[in-house]
Amino acid sequence: MSLLEVRNLSVDFATTSGSFRAVDGFDLTLNPGDITAIVGESGSGKSVAFLAMMGLLPWTATITSDAMTFDGHDLRAISPRERRKIVGKDMSMIFQEPMTSLNPCYTVGFQIKEALRIHLGMDRKARHARAVELFEQVGIPAAETRLSAFPHQMSGGMNQRVMIAMAIACKPKMLIADEPTTALDVTIQAQILELLKSLQEETGMALVLITHDMGVVAETAQQVSVQYAGQKCEQQEVTALFSRPHHPYTAALLAALPERATTKHLPTIPGVVPGQFDRPKGCLFSPRCSIATDLCGTTPPPVGGPEIGFARCHFPINVTAEQSA
Amino acid sequence: MLNFFLSRLLTFIPTFIGVTLIAFSFIRVLPGDPIIVMAGERGMSEERYAELQTQFGFDQPIFIQYWDYMTGVLQGDLGQSFVTKKPVFDEFFALFPATLELSICAITLAILLGIPAGVIAAINRGKFFDRALMSSALVGYSMPIFWWALLMIIVFSGILGWTPVSGRISLMYFFDDVTGFMLIDSLLSGQKGAFASAVSHLILPTIVLATIPLAVIARQTRSAMLEVLSEDYIRTARAKGLPPARITYVHALRNALIPVITVIGLLVGTLLAGAILTETIFSWPGIGKWMVDSIYRRDYPVVQGGLILIAVMVMVVNLTVDVLYGLINPKIRKA
Repeated sequence: MSLLEVRNLSVDFATTSGSFRAVDGFDLTLNPGDITAIVGESGSGKSVAFLAMMGLLPWTATITSDAMTFDGHDLRAISPRERRKIVGKDMSMIFQEPMTSLNPCYTVGFQIKEALRIHLGMDRKARHARAVELFEQVGIPAAETRLSAFPHQMSGGMNQRVMIAMAIACKPKMLIADEPTTALDVTIQAQILELLKSLQEETGMALVLITHDMGVVAETAQQVSVQYAGQKCEQQEVTALFSRPHHPYTAALLAALPERATTKHLPTIPGVVPGQFDRPKGCLFSPRCSIATDLCGTTPPPVGGPEIGFARCHFPINVTAEQSA
Repeated sequence: MLNFFLSRLLTFIPTFIGVTLIAFSFIRVLPGDPIIVMAGERGMSEERYAELQTQFGFDQPIFIQYWDYMTGVLQGDLGQSFVTKKPVFDEFFALFPATLELSICAITLAILLGIPAGVIAAINRGKFFDRALMSSALVGYSMPIFWWALLMIIVFSGILGWTPVSGRISLMYFFDDVTGFMLIDSLLSGQKGAFASAVSHLILPTIVLATIPLAVIARQTRSAMLEVLSEDYIRTARAKGLPPARITYVHALRNALIPVITVIGLLVGTLLAGAILTETIFSWPGIGKWMVDSIYRRDYPVVQGGLILIAVMVMVVNLTVDVLYGLINPKIRKA
């Protein structure tokens, strides 16, 4: 049985100017030990989908789905009390901004031990020992003394390590990393990714990496799901995606990678992700797509089969004769 | 933490000098002459006037007067009242416990009700409790205190007869001042019913004096909580699966307390300066009324000394607030 099963998840936000669909028909299946990357631009709904699973969205959000199960729990019908037993224990999450994601009033040790007490009911001594162990595991030097440091006394990279230590404290079955390296220096980024990868190998937890950085994807993930304007437009295994993208949006994202650029000027994707008021009728990517036709502007594209990476496109690219047959 | 405390303590010196300068000069800027006021309607001869001027030192240049005054102040001598001839220091500390007792009761009531009310309003933002509380806070904030006090007296003392109208304790009881705080002294006296009488005298003035601080604290707590609840670290706390009560009171409230404590500090400062209206209406023998009377009498030493002592009290309150900041938010400790 799969660890996480999400079918047709949609999230709508009630705003003063009407409802806004941030996530539109999100699907994901995750098996224990999977590393999946969710890629997309800002505003493509990638974080929101996972915040919905964690139950962290504000009350203005309406969540609908055909199925949303995690480790045998139906997340659609779960009571807040039951959800709190899973969240932070079996399913945990780290965020983009390590400096603001930790409470400035408490030591990092306090914040880490808190989860241990609530979920595992450890006594004071066991909590301390486990916290030291976790700090060493995530590569924080002088773990014993660092436990009594406040977040403002440490760097962003160290704080992100604390966040990771906190997230893996109860040995979760799934860790969601929401743009874990965006706010960090490039050198630290690589260290944090390396850490996440090695922790995944050690513990065998499933890892979801939400990012807009294709480089991060290439280094870390096994499966990649590309999100655009709240919809999934393609999902493939990582090497296949990089060598043969089927959706024009994926192709455009890959072409915009500096490492892959062949021309003097870096190719870009013109325009921005559609918002609440400029949502196209047909394919959501059609206004920015280089191969769009009239059909794309009027009719939403079908979702393709697994052979073309579930590409949501009228004219999937890089398709061989046998795939289209 | 000790360095933080000492550096705050150092800022006392310029503040103190500033306060003495202002207290000394402002009362002299006011038109009116204390000697003329003392003479009353009969007036006095020119010779006697000149004699008194020399006696009080008014014939000296103003900076010499200030110098003389300051040498006294630094030795703990605030001078004597022109009117009662008693040392200002003694007069102040005879009256101050009454003000302090009332202030402590009022601010305690305001804090105990205001902070929980603000927190509950913030959690239930936009719902009935929030709206009801915020509108009554607005009413409390804008209500004229003298009218509110009279209303309370009419209802609770007049119609219902539950509480006495004025004073600190019933005339039936008499005992020596030990601490100056009626609640403590009445207990120490061991007289039956004395403590209950002191409490019943305190109730109405406390409610009246607490009204505005209560409204301010509730509103400030609510807005600070709303801001903090949208912070990233609250999302982290929720992502840890913590129960809502723990998130509200452990993770959010402590961060929200910083602006609330600032406001409480300011409120305590104004309360210590004496609540003139409340003290007058309830015949409460505190320093508010004493200061106002002294200004009318141009009783220079009392006004100066009173202002300086009140300023020192306010400075002590501010220092306490600064230390509390550091205790609540470790980030501030370094500043």
